[in-house]
Amino acid sequence: MSDHSNNPSEHHDGPEGTAWIWKVFWILLAVTTVEVALGIIKPEILLSQFLGTSLLNVIFIVLTLAKAYYIVAEFMHLGHERKNFIWTITLPIVILIPYLTFVLLTEGGYMGVLMNQ
Amino acid sequence: MANGAALEQNTSALWGGGRQPFGASYGKMMMWFFLLSDALTFSGFLTAMGLYRFKYEETWPIAENVFTHFPMLHGEHPLLFVALMTFILILSSVTMVLAVNAGHKNNHKGVVLWMGLTIVGGFMFLGSQAWEWYHFINGDKGAIQLEDNTIVYLTKAGSEGKILSVYELVTGVEKPHGDHTEFSTGDVVSAFGLNTDVTLRYPGKAETTMTREEAVKAFQTAKLIQGASLRENEYGNVLFADFFFFVTGFHGTHVFSGVVLNIIIFINVLMGTYKQRGHYEMVEKVGLYWHFVDLVWVFVFTFFYLV
Repeated sequence: MSDHSNNPSEHHDGPEGTAWIWKVFWILLAVTTVEVALGIIKPEILLSQFLGTSLLNVIFIVLTLAKAYYIVAEFMHLGHERKNFIWTITLPIVILIPYLTFVLLTEGGYMGVLMNQ
Repeated sequence: MANGAALEQNTSALWGGGRQPFGASYGKMMMWFFLLSDALTFSGFLTAMGLYRFKYEETWPIAENVFTHFPMLHGEHPLLFVALMTFILILSSVTMVLAVNAGHKNNHKGVVLWMGLTIVGGFMFLGSQAWEWYHFINGDKGAIQLEDNTIVYLTKAGSEGKILSVYELVTGVEKPHGDHTEFSTGDVVSAFGLNTDVTLRYPGKAETTMTREEAVKAFQTAKLIQGASLRENEYGNVLFADFFFFVTGFHGTHVFSGVVLNIIIFINVLMGTYKQRGHYEMVEKVGLYWHFVDLVWVFVFTFFYLV
């Protein structure tokens, strides 16, 4: 108990003050607003096919990953940790989740084809 | 070996303990590893949903046709309420960063203020989720389930597939806002027999409408479905309802436990535990958990409501 209370993490001081926090907030809010607006309007040109889905869906996923980056790197402060720690946390995610997504979506599409035969 | 002794000294210094290889304390590092495993759990849920969505592409409900309500507003407002929920969660994430930031400066009053607001935001989100579940469980217009478990909607011939509510078919007047009257299958079957201009249409993008003869034949094994549960779902494939309850429920459980953790730490802050300790790292640790809850919601929002 005494050990961890005497040894807090190294201080990685981010930018001074709270201006950076509000900056990240406005970015997250703006991206969400764009997503909701696109989801309500559904512009005709963005419904064309791209990478196996509609261009609109690709835009949604890219914007989501951008939001995730800001939350993890800034709010959770991971961007300011040591490099070895950053890679320890992000590599398993970056490898496993796209792999799982690829396998399950491919399999699901194939099950659909079989079912409709 | 000339440098053997030096090497030995070096390793004993490295392995002797009291070091932080990652520059993060044990507690903070373990919180990160827990969040890593939790992220994989959530991705398991979301990708499993993706598998069934790809399998049942034809009958998978379009979320914006399902979640169309907004408190105190009439009519259909897709996405608006989830957008509000997202906003609440982002804002409570911001107040959490401000609490952590105040903790770094040993600003006791700042930590109290911002952590208090974070807890308020957490309760607001949970309330919104309860509201969303209430409307999903009670349903909207009602639907008919055929013998092969396909969900079809009532529609008037020539109305371009516009869904006719069960309430309107049985009573003859438009469904009032917020009405949740339950009808029996018998009510619908007899009302369907009387209204000869009513037919059935399939859900999904194609919106194929049956002829009246086909609809009469289909109605012989019809079952009325109102609302959604783990067993049936008026909006389409029942797996959509199952994944809705599991994914948002699992996330909601995380929000709830996050609020509980925040309250515990908040009480400690009020009692001056961390002031005495000299640092507010516990606030930072629950902060990590709280941001993770926000992070998961960003993905649930996209893959459940947008895509």
